[in-house]
Amino acid sequence: MADTFRRTRDVVAGTLPPPAWMLAGLALAILFPYIAGTGSLLDASIQTLAYIIMALGLNIVVGFAGLLDLGYVAFYAIGAFVIGWFGSQQFPDINGGKGIHILASDRSTFQLKLNGTKAEIPGIHVNFFIVIFIAMAITAVWGILLGGPTLRLRGDYLAIVTLAFGEIVPRIFENSTSGLFGIGRTDFSNGRQGITPIDTINLPWSKSAVYTDFNLRPAYWVALAMVVFTVFVNRRLRDSRLGRAWIAVREDEVAAAAMGVNLVRTKLWAYAIGAAFGGFAGAFLGSYNNTVNVDQFEFGFSVFVLAMIIIGGMGNIWGVIVGAVALSMLNRYGLPELNQLNIGFDPTSVSYGVFGFFLLIMMVLRPEGFLPSGRRRLELHEAEIEGGDAAVVGDMSQMYEVRQ
Amino acid sequence: MEAASITETASAGPPARKLGDVINAYALPALLIAALVAQFVYDQTGTLNDIKTGLSNGTIWALIALGYTLVYGIVELINFAHGEVFMIGSFVSVSLWATFGVDERTGIPLMILSIIVVLAIAMLASGTLNVLIERVAYRPLRNAPRLAPLITAIGMSFILQNVGLLWRPTPDSAPDLIGSQKDYFTIFHVGIEHSDVFAVVVTVPLLVALLWFIGATRYGKAMRATAQDPDAARLMGIDVDRTIQLTFLLGGLMAGAAGLIYALYNGTIRFNQGFTAGLIAFTAAVMGGIGNLKGAVIGGLIIGVIQAVSDSGEYLGLPLGPQWTPAVVFGVLIMVMVFRPQGLFGEETREG
Repeated sequence: MADTFRRTRDVVAGTLPPPAWMLAGLALAILFPYIAGTGSLLDASIQTLAYIIMALGLNIVVGFAGLLDLGYVAFYAIGAFVIGWFGSQQFPDINGGKGIHILASDRSTFQLKLNGTKAEIPGIHVNFFIVIFIAMAITAVWGILLGGPTLRLRGDYLAIVTLAFGEIVPRIFENSTSGLFGIGRTDFSNGRQGITPIDTINLPWSKSAVYTDFNLRPAYWVALAMVVFTVFVNRRLRDSRLGRAWIAVREDEVAAAAMGVNLVRTKLWAYAIGAAFGGFAGAFLGSYNNTVNVDQFEFGFSVFVLAMIIIGGMGNIWGVIVGAVALSMLNRYGLPELNQLNIGFDPTSVSYGVFGFFLLIMMVLRPEGFLPSGRRRLELHEAEIEGGDAAVVGDMSQMYEVRQ
Repeated sequence: MEAASITETASAGPPARKLGDVINAYALPALLIAALVAQFVYDQTGTLNDIKTGLSNGTIWALIALGYTLVYGIVELINFAHGEVFMIGSFVSVSLWATFGVDERTGIPLMILSIIVVLAIAMLASGTLNVLIERVAYRPLRNAPRLAPLITAIGMSFILQNVGLLWRPTPDSAPDLIGSQKDYFTIFHVGIEHSDVFAVVVTVPLLVALLWFIGATRYGKAMRATAQDPDAARLMGIDVDRTIQLTFLLGGLMAGAAGLIYALYNGTIRFNQGFTAGLIAFTAAVMGGIGNLKGAVIGGLIIGVIQAVSDSGEYLGLPLGPQWTPAVVFGVLIMVMVFRPQGLFGEETREG
């Protein structure tokens, strides 16, 4: 019985669901807004879709290539600021105060003056669908720039350096009120207040904005399309030559290098692509939330995304999606519901504490996650399989592999 | 103080010196000293003041950094929750003073007594907490890949931070028992304040006691042996689990003391003080060469001075300020990690 269960789970987790199931799932996802209505649930679903993209991006770095990244929020920040700069009135003096408009809809191009005439809105306004790819390109470059210096480091040293980057990047944005890095005069960030409002998602052929505050459905479908794109790219990457190189590096760096894997190139690609998806989702969230400010980019968010991929099952695309949906819905509905129980404090205020608790429990009881990839489960239960010798002695030299 | 580094190997002979090695060994300290000297030439009194503030503040980072370095030396794990243990130490101290109504109006003998008693309780509380964390979060994962304990450590850190949030949701002020702002005396136009003297007077005996404990007692010997080779230590009759517990206890004691000093020194406590302080102290430990006790102390002092220079608002005319300080400290951390991951005093550490 247990054996049958395990085999079924292996089929679900190790391989992909049959195409028919995937199509059915996709159809359900497309029709979902008609079931969910247009209120809070749809809003939560849109946020969740964005988190799925982030989790899948982080999964490339952590799950595929085995490089622990604790500063993923930096790429969210960069992506969000890219749309902040390319889709708002942040730079009012540009082009002599008339602004730059590229394929932007009427709504973000013109404003009605009091006397009824139309005037061009200042600032840079580039169409959302261009900006998300600009954001991907810029964050990919930053992924390489931040990943480059860390190539020699391993394990927890790498984690700390990425964490430091994740703390520095928001500080730079926060303090760039007079010139980037405090050099120059242009205001890049509005300080703690952040950039707002940001252009909404718009289609170049539509005269008005597609997404409005009263109609979330188009935003949902855009996010869903972005998720489908991300999943597609992730699947193709995982099965590619590069994807196999990532897994080889994760399993044993030295052996991989000996077998001809170019470590530098392999790792930099992981950083670049992982970061690009962070920026991709970041740009979407910046537009969807209509604001970009440094309070969104705290360390807790990096851990939130990390918790998604760990709880779901690191390295497994479907597991990561399950983890992202579970955690973001818990964040949105589970914790506020607890408030009804009158436990004496507001559970939403300690949401990160709850995620921390999940991380702890998960690591101690089921380190492979809910839907582990077959290989990873094997790896984590190696000691039991090999016949508990190592487990009994507590071989620390093996557990804490020699650093450097 | 022989063998202050707990990961020192007995067999390490004198390393062959080449010009590249020498540059590698001295470039970072030379750069730091040059940066400070340049600032001194630029602004003498300000720099002396920064050095003073940095050294007294740095003693607190040194106390916390010792906890990181001890634990890393013995189980090669970054105890992420250590900053939160320090925060709990602050909270315990301030809560105790509030409960017993000790404040700046209390008479001096009673005040000193209260500081000593509360110091002992805060140290014990943090030490016990650290031992509990080891039991709950790290021991079950002794045989897991090393990523696993790091993630539980992050989880533990978040849990404790939120415990702090429930305990005191808003920043709270500590009673000004030491009259912190008052100048004791002035040398070279630099006022030495009560808080500076207090930080140094409480910290230095603790540091010396810890170095003595690890360098001279049989428990310290057991710790050093376990750090070198846990399996061999076990074969020699050392109870490795007990030794690891002891290590966590010592780290927690130091963090608790740092918590009390921090509360009195800064005057305010906050539930998220542990996160930043933990990272600063970790930077200090890495800078000194993680696993090296004296290195952690010196690293703490260096980071303190760097922070003070950055806080003071300008460096060689470049605008800095408190809002840039985290970026400066983390920038230093990245530089050390990238160019000299073994730290300033890291030559003695075990090579991989």
